[in-house]
Amino acid sequence: MDTIIMTIIVFSGISAALAAILTFSDRTVGNYGNVTLTINEDKNFTVKGGSSLLDTLRNEKIFIPSACGGKGTCGYCKVAVLEGGGPVLATEKPHLGKDELENSIRLSCQCKVKQNIRIRIPEELFNVKEYAVLVEKMEQMTPTIKKLTLNLGEEEINFKPGQYVQLKAPAYEGNEEEVYRAYSIASSVKDKHTIELLIGYTGGIATTYVHYHLKEGDTAHINGPYGEFYYHEDEGPIILAGAGTGMAPLMSILQYMADNDIRRETIFFFGARTREDLFLLDKIKTFEEKLNFKFIPTLSREESPQWKGERGRVPQAIEKYIEDGKNYSAYLCGSPAMIDSIVEALLKKNVPVDKIYYDKF
Amino acid sequence: MIQVHPFVILIASIFTSNMIFSNFLGMCSFIAVSKEIPTAMGLGIAVTMVLSATTVLNYFVYWYILLPLGLEYLMYILFILVIAAFVQLLEMVMDRYLPTLYYALGIFLPLITVNCAILGVSLFMVTRQYTFLQTFAFGVGSGLGWALAITAMAGIRARLNENSIPEGLRGVPITLIITGIMALTFIGFSGMVQIQ
Repeated sequence: MDTIIMTIIVFSGISAALAAILTFSDRTVGNYGNVTLTINEDKNFTVKGGSSLLDTLRNEKIFIPSACGGKGTCGYCKVAVLEGGGPVLATEKPHLGKDELENSIRLSCQCKVKQNIRIRIPEELFNVKEYAVLVEKMEQMTPTIKKLTLNLGEEEINFKPGQYVQLKAPAYEGNEEEVYRAYSIASSVKDKHTIELLIGYTGGIATTYVHYHLKEGDTAHINGPYGEFYYHEDEGPIILAGAGTGMAPLMSILQYMADNDIRRETIFFFGARTREDLFLLDKIKTFEEKLNFKFIPTLSREESPQWKGERGRVPQAIEKYIEDGKNYSAYLCGSPAMIDSIVEALLKKNVPVDKIYYDKF
Repeated sequence: MIQVHPFVILIASIFTSNMIFSNFLGMCSFIAVSKEIPTAMGLGIAVTMVLSATTVLNYFVYWYILLPLGLEYLMYILFILVIAAFVQLLEMVMDRYLPTLYYALGIFLPLITVNCAILGVSLFMVTRQYTFLQTFAFGVGSGLGWALAITAMAGIRARLNENSIPEGLRGVPITLIITGIMALTFIGFSGMVQIQ
């Protein structure tokens, strides 16, 4: 009996002593006080030191894109740190090229704010806002993909067709941390008060939240818009290619073309496994009627002989349908492996490399 | 309690009773981080610092708290707790006062918490019934020995890159084979000094 009591006392005593020492040193050694954050030379903020630059900026309502939520794995949150950022860390180096290192680009999630710091960020990031949105509708598109319709209420969002927003997945049962994940906007840029997202279930933190916890009528939080992937005004025919939820930014681009009556010849290669994975076909039909547009679903695992369309992978379909690609521009959205194989197929068809725009996720 | 001069323990734990080569402790980081000399040395320094300090702290925890109260069985969990807390503290202090070293060590510091060589040294210190000075020498020596081993291995691996190695042996397999050969040379003299 004594042993049990002594064990509890000694163990809690030593744990408490260690915790006290750590708390004390966190308050003293880890306390960096207030520092000045200067953005683009003209905006000054007084912030509390000690956190990462990404979190510090988020507290000041400036949102730097980040898909991994600050773990240093996605490499999206790059900003130029002109002064006071300390040396580049080993965790950042894999994401920074030679030019970026020379131009003092850092990953803002890894760079800690410990002293007065001067940074430079693109002006359009000041445009990025955080929205509390109402989940108006959730529709099952395929067995794994849901379409979310989000209502922004009074607020309005101005984005380019193809850009994305970040959705916040709060802590829920089985997930303790709050994370942000990027999803492309699938709806028209004309709708400034409602946006649509396509979210496929992958078992990840955010997709589990959307598929199993979020319900119609709930409030969700998003911020945006972000992204270098958007429709470029140009001439000549267009290739669109994507798979699964990669449909989203391409739908926004098609919608934009429909809204503005852009009659560039457009061909959309959509990769899927079976007929079950095809969705939004009605909408695509209306584009086919209205625009100079052809939809080519390419199924890789369809066994039914009733399927008369393309079989195999998207690069094979490109091989078949495109003769000479030198006047084309291409917009691609899909997994890195898919994008790489499609880019290769496009280059083989002489599509100019600077006219291939893509969004890897 | 064996009567060995602390200086002998210091030298022995660097060479003949090296943590890596005679006990094969701390192998995971030894294999994973021995690709380049600078990073290997960084980790070696960090391990030495943590080992020197935690072995002494654990000495006091064991001899002045656990033994008098008859709670020796708690040593495993408490040693780990002390090591983890010490690493946290060291991280905070270095982040503030020695940023250059902190950045150089980077992610290696937190990794040390789960390095089995650190816990191993504390446990050997108990089973071998070392005195305070012996413990201190043992902690510092084991750390230096570990650092020496990983730096030497990194040096060898840097050269391996330039040689053609059969495909099946590249990476970890050849590293383990070399570790074995290095171990032979290191423990060849272990009969000369007995520290256990």
